[in-house]
Amino acid sequence: MTRIAASASREVNTGMALLELKDVSKHFGAIHALTDVSLSLEPGQVMGLMGDNGAGKSTLVKIIAGNFRPTHGTMRMEGGDLSMHRPIDARRHGIEIVHQDLALCDNLSAAANVFLGREIRKGVGPFKILDYAAMYRRAGQIFGELRSETRPRDLVRQMSGGQRQAVAIARTRIADAKIVLMDEPTAAISVRQVAEVLNLVRRLRDHGIAIVFISHRMPDVFSIADRVVVLRRGRKVADKDVAASSPEEVTGLITGAIEYA
Amino acid sequence: MEIQFDDNIKRARFPLLTWLTSRQAFWVTVAVILACIFLSFATNSFATSNNIFNVARNFTFVAIIALGMTIVIITGGIDLSVGSVLCLCSMILAVVMHAGYSIEVGIAASLGTALLIGAINGVLIAYLGIPPFVVTLGMLSIARSLAMVASNNTVVFQFGPDHDKLLFLGGGAWLFGIANPVIYMLALTLLTGFLLHYTRFGRYVFAIGGNEHAAIVTGVPVRRTKLAVYMISALSAGIAGVIETGWLGAVTTNLGSGMELQVIAAAVIGGANLAGGIGTAFGALIGSALIEVIRNSLGLLGVSAFWQGTFIGSFIIIAVTFDRLRNYRSSE
Repeated sequence: MTRIAASASREVNTGMALLELKDVSKHFGAIHALTDVSLSLEPGQVMGLMGDNGAGKSTLVKIIAGNFRPTHGTMRMEGGDLSMHRPIDARRHGIEIVHQDLALCDNLSAAANVFLGREIRKGVGPFKILDYAAMYRRAGQIFGELRSETRPRDLVRQMSGGQRQAVAIARTRIADAKIVLMDEPTAAISVRQVAEVLNLVRRLRDHGIAIVFISHRMPDVFSIADRVVVLRRGRKVADKDVAASSPEEVTGLITGAIEYA
Repeated sequence: MEIQFDDNIKRARFPLLTWLTSRQAFWVTVAVILACIFLSFATNSFATSNNIFNVARNFTFVAIIALGMTIVIITGGIDLSVGSVLCLCSMILAVVMHAGYSIEVGIAASLGTALLIGAINGVLIAYLGIPPFVVTLGMLSIARSLAMVASNNTVVFQFGPDHDKLLFLGGGAWLFGIANPVIYMLALTLLTGFLLHYTRFGRYVFAIGGNEHAAIVTGVPVRRTKLAVYMISALSAGIAGVIETGWLGAVTTNLGSGMELQVIAAAVIGGANLAGGIGTAFGALIGSALIEVIRNSLGLLGVSAFWQGTFIGSFIIIAVTFDRLRNYRSSE
């Protein structure tokens, strides 16, 4: 989906966005973590979410992922009201989050991690056992779709950062996610692996999944995102196409040198 | 390109052999076999059927509990109460049968008690978040004291109408002269191995030990699994208690005293990692076997019994250090 097409559909704004937040606010007592944030997500779109520490990125993401309920505001998904009490509700709606630490079990294989909580079993009635063959096969298939070198049987302990990201992303494919929230996916890995991870994100996007890409790293956001949303002190100060912006402008927005854009 | 190059280097010429030699349980098995061979030549009493029978039967009680303990250790926890639970369950069995009930009722009462204690441990650990060390340390005292209460601190050696059935259960040799406890141990080892590697529950156990946070966010029922794990551990102590009562023919209130440390030693020697995430059923069995072979061999070689502790303690340290050194070399 090209950037031009994305911005055109957003301008129309009467159609059903995949995810729509309207005037979402979150207060923790006297602390206003988020104030009147509105945004919308289209399928197959990568939205870069940027902002300094304490700007409200984590809070916004936790609200979308179902960890918090907004104090004010509404959320709609595919036109329908989105009311979530726990993370499992978000996952039922097809919203998956890839944490910064990837939430992987080092002592298990890649396939085991991909299917964690959703194991494939075979058997009759209450006598079910793990179907290793099916899990290895399906995991291998997904790694192939993501064009990753990860092998399903390998232990995660022995994997590189890029391969570990592939495992975490493969999990969202198993869950058949429609929206994937990625928290600092390129933060602590090498330069070569960054390229690998960005390619994984592109493969996800090609499947029509909407991605919220939280990052501090300007080059990565400008490389992969279609739109960039900047938060500062809990408010949205920018929501524009990446093509219509620049790293300097975004930096200014984050620090406050530029008020709005 | 570089990834493929590394892959080719890492790919072993004999994958099965590489897998075997990377496992602690394999090396412990080698040690046990070598020790047995050595002892067969060094003494003329080791390789007798009587001695083998004794050795095999002696380590079964520790091994059965070590199976349950291994599962707990894989989740990153520990259960210090197993020795006391063994005593309490033996006492409940003895008291119930002594009162005239059948062996089935006695065993049901005994194992039911075990499950109850395990459930209490599990609820405190999994749902209230109290550290396993603390909860099971407390239960260690509580269970033993309850055993004394149940028996009024006397020895029970009359088991009512089903007395002989109980003695056969624990002391008989039903299959080709192999002691019954050995058969139970082998069956339970297979069952535990199956549970750990072929069921969803087993995978949850490993996941919780590997990264509990990851297990929670991916939807693994962590608290329920932990509760089950402590119930299994207590149950294994209960089963061992029932069998040991049958074998001994009598129950005293110091039964199983200090056994929790032997069981933990056996599990650790067999490859269970106290940090969690690693362990096998066979490891529990072979770790117990090694400890018993050491004990038996010291006796046959005429070494004073006072030295036993030094040898066993050293083996715990050696087994784990050996494993660490191997992993250290291959990891960086």
